Amino acid sequence: MFRFTCPHCGERDVVEFSYGGDASVVVPDLAAGEEAWFDAVYQRDNPRGPHVEYWHHVAGCRQWIRVERDTLTHEILACGPATGRMRPETGGEGA
Amino acid sequence: MSGNQPNRIPDFGRIGRDEPLRFTFDGKAYTGYKGDTLASALLANGVKLVGRSFKYHRPRGVFSAGVEEPNALVALREGARREPNTRATVAELFDGLVAESQNRSPNLKYDIQSLNQAIARFIPAGFYYKTFMGPFANTRLWMFFEKIIRKSAGMGTASGEADPDRYDRMHAHCDVLVIGGGAAGLSAALAAGEAGARVILVDETPRLGGRLNQDVYKIGDLSGGEWVEQTIAKLTALPTVKLLTRTTAFGYYDGNLIGAVERVSDHLPEMPVHLPRQRWWRFRAKQVILATGATEQPLVFGNNDRPGIMLAGAVRAYINEYGVLPGRRAVIFTNNDDAYRTALDVMNAGGAAVAVVDARKNPRSTLIDHTRGKGVTVLTGHAVVNTHGHFELQAVDVAPIDGDGAARRLDCDLLAISGGWQPNVHLSSQTGAKPVWNDKMNCFLPGTPKRPEASAGAAAGRFTLAAVLSDGHARGTQAAALTGHSLDREVKLPRVDAETPAPSEALWEAPDPATGHPKKFVDHQDDVSADDVRLAHREGYVSVEHLKRYTTLGMGTDQGKTSNITGLAIMAKLRGQPIPAVGTTTFRPPYTPIAIGAMGGTERGQHYKPRRRSPMHDWHQERGCEWIPAGLWDRPRHYPLTPNETLRQAYVRETKQTRQSVGICDVTTLGKIDIQGPDAAEFLNRVYTNGFAKLPVGKARYGLMLREDGQVYDDGTTSRLGENHYVMTTTTANAVAVMAKLEFYLQAVWPDLRVKVVSVTEQYAAIALAGPNSRKVMQKIVDIDLSDDAFPFMACGPCHAVTDAIRARLFRISFSGELAYEINVPSDYGRFVWDALMDAGAEFGIVPYGLEALGNMRIEKGHVAGAELDGRTTADDLGLGKMLSAQKPFVGKTLAQRPGLTAPTRKKLVGLVPVDGKTALPNGSQIIELADRDKPRPVKMIGNVSSNGFSPELNTPIALGLLEGGLAREGDTVLVAYPLKNLYIPATVRNPHFVDPEGKRLHG
Ligand SMILES: [Zn+2]
Repeated sequence: MFRFTCPHCGERDVVEFSYGGDASVVVPDLAAGEEAWFDAVYQRDNPRGPHVEYWHHVAGCRQWIRVERDTLTHEILACGPATGRMRPETGGEGA
Repeated sequence: MSGNQPNRIPDFGRIGRDEPLRFTFDGKAYTGYKGDTLASALLANGVKLVGRSFKYHRPRGVFSAGVEEPNALVALREGARREPNTRATVAELFDGLVAESQNRSPNLKYDIQSLNQAIARFIPAGFYYKTFMGPFANTRLWMFFEKIIRKSAGMGTASGEADPDRYDRMHAHCDVLVIGGGAAGLSAALAAGEAGARVILVDETPRLGGRLNQDVYKIGDLSGGEWVEQTIAKLTALPTVKLLTRTTAFGYYDGNLIGAVERVSDHLPEMPVHLPRQRWWRFRAKQVILATGATEQPLVFGNNDRPGIMLAGAVRAYINEYGVLPGRRAVIFTNNDDAYRTALDVMNAGGAAVAVVDARKNPRSTLIDHTRGKGVTVLTGHAVVNTHGHFELQAVDVAPIDGDGAARRLDCDLLAISGGWQPNVHLSSQTGAKPVWNDKMNCFLPGTPKRPEASAGAAAGRFTLAAVLSDGHARGTQAAALTGHSLDREVKLPRVDAETPAPSEALWEAPDPATGHPKKFVDHQDDVSADDVRLAHREGYVSVEHLKRYTTLGMGTDQGKTSNITGLAIMAKLRGQPIPAVGTTTFRPPYTPIAIGAMGGTERGQHYKPRRRSPMHDWHQERGCEWIPAGLWDRPRHYPLTPNETLRQAYVRETKQTRQSVGICDVTTLGKIDIQGPDAAEFLNRVYTNGFAKLPVGKARYGLMLREDGQVYDDGTTSRLGENHYVMTTTTANAVAVMAKLEFYLQAVWPDLRVKVVSVTEQYAAIALAGPNSRKVMQKIVDIDLSDDAFPFMACGPCHAVTDAIRARLFRISFSGELAYEINVPSDYGRFVWDALMDAGAEFGIVPYGLEALGNMRIEKGHVAGAELDGRTTADDLGLGKMLSAQKPFVGKTLAQRPGLTAPTRKKLVGLVPVDGKTALPNGSQIIELADRDKPRPVKMIGNVSSNGFSPELNTPIALGLLEGGLAREGDTVLVAYPLKNLYIPATVRNPHFVDPEGKRLHG
């Protein structure tokens, strides 16, 4: 059970968030062609290790945030707003 | 006074002799004392036979004194509170306890199924595995045998009734969580607590102290028990320390979250009304100290499962903690020094220590010398090779390990065995820290921590009291320091006698006796023998995980706490490899079984999820509606006029009355999203397929949303209330998801758009008024001109409802196809305005209509809803292709143009009516060609029915469906097939706009 540092609210339990998918995917321009949209909608890496993902603070500020999580160890490495700079997790109450 | 408890020892134990407790076991009445477990009370009363084994129904007795118990599983209590498979060794005795043995028929002594022993060779290891996976799997034959096997290979039976108890949820944070309240845990908690850290200490038993309650120790000038009491007093005086007994930490999760269950009232005869039965704790700890102790391992030898054979440490626990001597004449069989204490304690309690049978060739220690000095025969290099007796142990055969099996017989009624102690590494192992095999100690030690945790005491492989106390102190001090707390003075630890035990030597399996080949049980609970492990090996199972699944070793409710390691070691020997090469088994939560009710907590029944109610809820209830859940919402399904009116009669009546005069419907549940900002129009243009930028202020427009993959996502009406202000409606089902998606686009994809969105679903009550008289009714309560010129179809705008005090929004939109309005008022006024509309409509015979009539009217109009927006349909499939703007990009546009989504062969929306004008066309039916009616199956399925209803105007059942060819097949007859009910209904394909296809009524 993770705890994230929401850049808007501070450290919170994962139960306040809902998962929003792979944040390394760049949503293409609406006018982009089929190939770009196909990649964005269907193509996913399945990394073993650090992975940036979206989480929605639905039971908090309702902001989408990005979380870098190690898929192997479940360690939370960094958190940040939906766009902009990520901040490394300082550890808090442990990984 | 032992009274009628023949095995109770005077002046021993920590039980309350002034509080006798009555209980029954298998209907027979007994007496025990406060502080007993069911097992200690049974042993005090001389009851040795407590259960029958899982597969062979062999007589079994109490084997341990803790959670590791494999044999003494009983059902506790009666009626709905009956709880099967409870370990008698941890069930606290209370007055009036009713307990029953399990897995026997008709009773423990005369168990018919024990014949299984005679046919045991026909059900070897892998029997279940082979039968499940083999050629009989899923056949009728297997199903027949399965019933018999399940009954005989039985666990206890549940009550079959709903759990009557209450459970609670608790959350707690602390600096240091200490798991285990034995010598190490108490020492650690004291060190951390005195340093000022916030400490929580949990222990699974009712009495802190662990082995200090069960063994004879001196700490300084105090007895072990006195030191425990003194330490508890010190801890209780510290303001930052919390002690929780009867609390099992069962799981170690990410983020240093520890799950635990506290048994608040299980030990009480009646559940107090102000307390839950159990509490489910979630501890968030900065540092965790695992002082979880160790579990004594058994030895494996012939007929090692008779009642009267018990772990050596358990014998000491019954003597010292419960004042019970489980047998008068004890033999001790060991591979380590610790069990020698049992010989001394048995003698101290007035019993006889017949002999210590030590597998080691030449062990030397002061404890051994001391034991010999007390006159106890010590047979080194020997093993117990067989036992005698049926319902209770009568004698054991002892032979030199390296001899020819020639044995001597020792009469005894108690055999105390010890294969050494295995640290309880479960919780650290759950974090991914792989346990490490230690060849000298013959046990697994906790692996390198992956979390902020440390094992202390016996859990870390420290087995002398001095080492345990100092380790606990060191770990507690260290954990406190890591959380910023330290003590500025030196703490002097109490003096403890030094122990220098001789090293243990592994003995995984004793030799066979000279004659015969008795069963040697490795896993008592699952009846897995050493031969079964050999069979698995012969059949090619090499990994310990395969061994487990093939033999069921370690798969019982005890999860192999006294069997996994022996099984592993025998497997390693067969493979000629060291133990670590064969592997460890993976430990998963929970550490011990936990009640499902505790997991649910308070979230059960209606409380499982929140219920959303509209402001008009009470009116619907008073009117006697039938309810239907719509997501989290309660919605009126229909309003029966009389108790006998059927659903269909009611919704047809509601439909008719609405279309003839006027109907009123609660549509609060539709999602409402307020959208504001200079770029709101541009935003809507991107998320909707059709244009919104040019929508004039004061107008509403139907909008369609696609998913990014091009399929239809949601639809609804969006109205422009001001230049930069819109209000969007969504379907009830997608309200939450659409809101989250809009937020995602604005925050993550197009942060440059100056737009804010907020859900206002719950801020407004929404009431739909439909039918030719709806204008007359609505005009009575609003202060704006509703004439067609002033407020035409798709108009929207602010107004006041009933009084100048109520600011409302009015929309001339229609789902029913009739002249219709929707009025939104602040939620608090919803009921008031609804009542006003009912009054205003009285002269027109206004009818409230529910979800069924609402759905029926939209089917009559060919409007799509959730059943058609099923994530597999495109706009064109639904006849909405014209809504895809060619002028602008929008979400989903690119992928909607893929060949697969635009193929002419796709199924498209059609209307269907039965040829006979009578038979309903069930939802979910497949559509096949009429010509395929009698052809052998399978035949091609060319479509399906998605929604159905009854049109009073056409006087026929109607349906919407998706059909290959779509409206190109208008007029054709197809077959609506519902094979599960053997229904094959000829139906005519028609335009889905059954009623008023030109839409004249909307503009009336
Ligand atoms: Zn937040």
